[in-house]
Amino acid sequence: MPSHPPAIADGTVAPPRRLLSVIAALVFLALLAVPGAIRHFASAANDGGPVLAVSTAIERHGFAFEEISDSIGIRFSHAPPALDSKLDPIMPVVAAYGAAVSIVDVDRDGWQDLYVTTSAIGGQNALYRNRGDGSFENIAARLGVADLNRQATGVSMGAVWGDYDNDGYEDVFVYKWGRPELLRNDRGRSFERVTDGLGLPAWINANTAVWFDYDADGWLDLFVGCFYPAEVDLWNLPHTRIMPESFEYAQNGGRNYLLRNRGDGSFEEIAETVGLTTTRWTLAAAAADVDGDGDPDLFVANDYGINELYVNDGGRGFREVGRAAGVARTPKSGMNASFGDVFNRGEWILYVSNISEPGVLIHGNDLWVPTHDAGADPTYRNLAGALGVEIAGFAFGAQFGDLNNDGWLDLFVTNGYVSGETRESYWYDYSMVAGGHRNIIADAGNWPAMRGRSLSGYQEDRVWLNDGAGRFHDVTRAIGAVNAHDGRAVAFADLWNRGVLDAVVTNQRGPLLVYRNTVTPNHRWITLDLEGTRSNRSAIGAEVRVYGDGVRQLRQIEGGNGFAAQNQRRVHFGLGSASQLDSIVIRWPSGIVQAIPAPATNTLHRIKEPG
Amino acid sequence: MTFDRRLTAPLLITLILFGAHWSFGVLRGYEAIVLAVVSTIATELSLRRLLTGQAPQLASAYISGISIAILVRSPLLWPYALGGVISIMSKYVLRARRRHLWNPTNFGICALLFLAPFAVAPLSVQWGNDLWPMLVIWMVGLFAIWRAKRLHITLAYIGAFFLFAFVRSLVTGSAYAAEVAPITGPMYQLFALFMITDPKTTVSSTRGAIVVAILVAFVEMFLRLAEIIYAPFYALFLVGPVALVVEMWWTSGAQARESAPRGPIAPTA
Repeated sequence: MPSHPPAIADGTVAPPRRLLSVIAALVFLALLAVPGAIRHFASAANDGGPVLAVSTAIERHGFAFEEISDSIGIRFSHAPPALDSKLDPIMPVVAAYGAAVSIVDVDRDGWQDLYVTTSAIGGQNALYRNRGDGSFENIAARLGVADLNRQATGVSMGAVWGDYDNDGYEDVFVYKWGRPELLRNDRGRSFERVTDGLGLPAWINANTAVWFDYDADGWLDLFVGCFYPAEVDLWNLPHTRIMPESFEYAQNGGRNYLLRNRGDGSFEEIAETVGLTTTRWTLAAAAADVDGDGDPDLFVANDYGINELYVNDGGRGFREVGRAAGVARTPKSGMNASFGDVFNRGEWILYVSNISEPGVLIHGNDLWVPTHDAGADPTYRNLAGALGVEIAGFAFGAQFGDLNNDGWLDLFVTNGYVSGETRESYWYDYSMVAGGHRNIIADAGNWPAMRGRSLSGYQEDRVWLNDGAGRFHDVTRAIGAVNAHDGRAVAFADLWNRGVLDAVVTNQRGPLLVYRNTVTPNHRWITLDLEGTRSNRSAIGAEVRVYGDGVRQLRQIEGGNGFAAQNQRRVHFGLGSASQLDSIVIRWPSGIVQAIPAPATNTLHRIKEPG
Repeated sequence: MTFDRRLTAPLLITLILFGAHWSFGVLRGYEAIVLAVVSTIATELSLRRLLTGQAPQLASAYISGISIAILVRSPLLWPYALGGVISIMSKYVLRARRRHLWNPTNFGICALLFLAPFAVAPLSVQWGNDLWPMLVIWMVGLFAIWRAKRLHITLAYIGAFFLFAFVRSLVTGSAYAAEVAPITGPMYQLFALFMITDPKTTVSSTRGAIVVAILVAFVEMFLRLAEIIYAPFYALFLVGPVALVVEMWWTSGAQARESAPRGPIAPTA
């Protein structure tokens, strides 16, 4: 006996089946409405909030930004390079990098200074010295770190600071599309060019660099990540076959370099010897001891392909474990690398920015949360979606920092690739070619002309507030961080020594923005300024843990991270309402562990590594 | 023991899926595949029995699930489930004369792209950089389509695409290589091999199917000139049902003419 009424031969159905058909149609319509409902609720929860008055923002979110660059004497705008005219039709998507910022106390006066780069031939980089009275002066030309963008030597893409010779003053490595430069800081009064001791090729196309002491010998080593191959001179192209061979699997980029500091002022290039042999399109890198074995590991973010995670084998070499760890299984467009202890569990969580363009390409940013135990090979799970930090835009630089001093790391992400003369989109042409075979995509001559159109342009940055309960909330507009230029780098520093993190944002072909942060006085803080003795003097790689009643946090000193950025070397902790701490524990790069009991809060502590 | 030809397509698409993911990691993850396939099969199992009383077409549902998993790119999971359910439901809700009008996967993907662009994008990139994987998929796929007697549809579409790409190149001024670039990618492989050849949503005559394939490419040309990124999906979405309705009308008219009682024959001189 059939369990259902039979269909009638002429195509009509029996009443029960007709009823079921009507119900099915209603369910079908309801399902079609589901995306609209999801969008409605998602945008309501993640639209950056309404623009609030400063006092209201502080009351509601614990902090507020005010963009004040002009009033403090900072008027800087990035200019892109004008490359070989063969690239004119798509120049904006090629000349799309170079707006970088790094924080340094160049003269050791206790005030954080800013170094920013531009990328036009003849353009001058700027070193804004913090006068300590709330104003800044550009001293780059006087110190010899301005005029680094020349036809013969290429243009700046960014800079990282580290005391490579342990003389107490931070030196600077300027990575370029062209000849990179290492400039030694002579007691904050001038810089001496010492590039020739690096052992790098005369011309590379670098987009990132990180200082770290990979072999723990007390001297800072330098990782340099490259985008285009070294053979490519973007101002003198014999042909146009310079583009990535694939949008997601390209391996025709530049090779990367690891420069081991010999300690005598010279370096040796050892990348291949220690296992850094790939030629992907590197845009960002960061170092942290991800496996908890005491030495710094290295994460490399690559555009047009998978990322790479290099586990450091005690300074003897590196093992690439990205695929096994789960962070390199799906190719995306890695453009940022930032580490932070997001859950206050004493572990390094990694944030990688990618492309999210509605309806075109939804890579989504990654928040890689470790699932391994200390000492074990790293494994990760991506929780960006679960925590609400997945979809930002065409994302570039990102930084973790406790912006409201509540004891939880927040997240600032810059967005926007090319804002053209019109808002008309180039995405159709871009995606048409990007889906093609490598013989098509790799040749810039095949790419349709942009003709002033935008590619993910006019996108706003994102500021996500960590609620400490496993979710981030978009407060961008509410706290006053609206920026629709093409954001690139973001860096945090306490520019006025007030115990808060101010933010500096660079924009490609746009102005440098300085956000002064006002934080609720109800939240306390502690800041540490470390100086290595047996370790590298910059103390880069030092891990600092604070413990107290309900407080357990981890920070480190980094030699470059994010995208084309470097935060202040000081480590800053927001403490919420905790008025006292039990202890600070510092693990220096040398391996020495130093405990400091009951440190005062709302205080900057200067700590020297014990001998 | 003979090989059931109906299994050719499911086997082929499974091989492509796992080969591509193993080689290039093309998928969001295995959970997305499982979700899409479970959604399509569960929907097919429940609706087919409930609404028609007939045995479920699991092979078809399986292909739809795999196709959704491959063609939809999203960091989220819900689009895979929703796309799978909508695809199969469209077979039972949007019908005329006991036939469904849209290719289920085509409908599901178009619905997602149109209604949820904030969460999904289509597959639009290469699998790897080598020519050989592309050629292998084309060769094996064309062989399978030939065995299924649908080769004429795929070849007609490909030929028309190349022709209309040339026209687009003349209109836009873009390089011809740029205009043909999409067809060198896996999205078009799946589209031309599996989606436009669906027997249930293609007209039955060989000549008619060729005309429809060319019409799909023709409409796609205009959508591309309007810079619509999902042009092939939308073109099939627009042309496919219209072609079916025309065929139904044409067929019913012919049947009516054949079955109509003939009038008295006029006496001839």
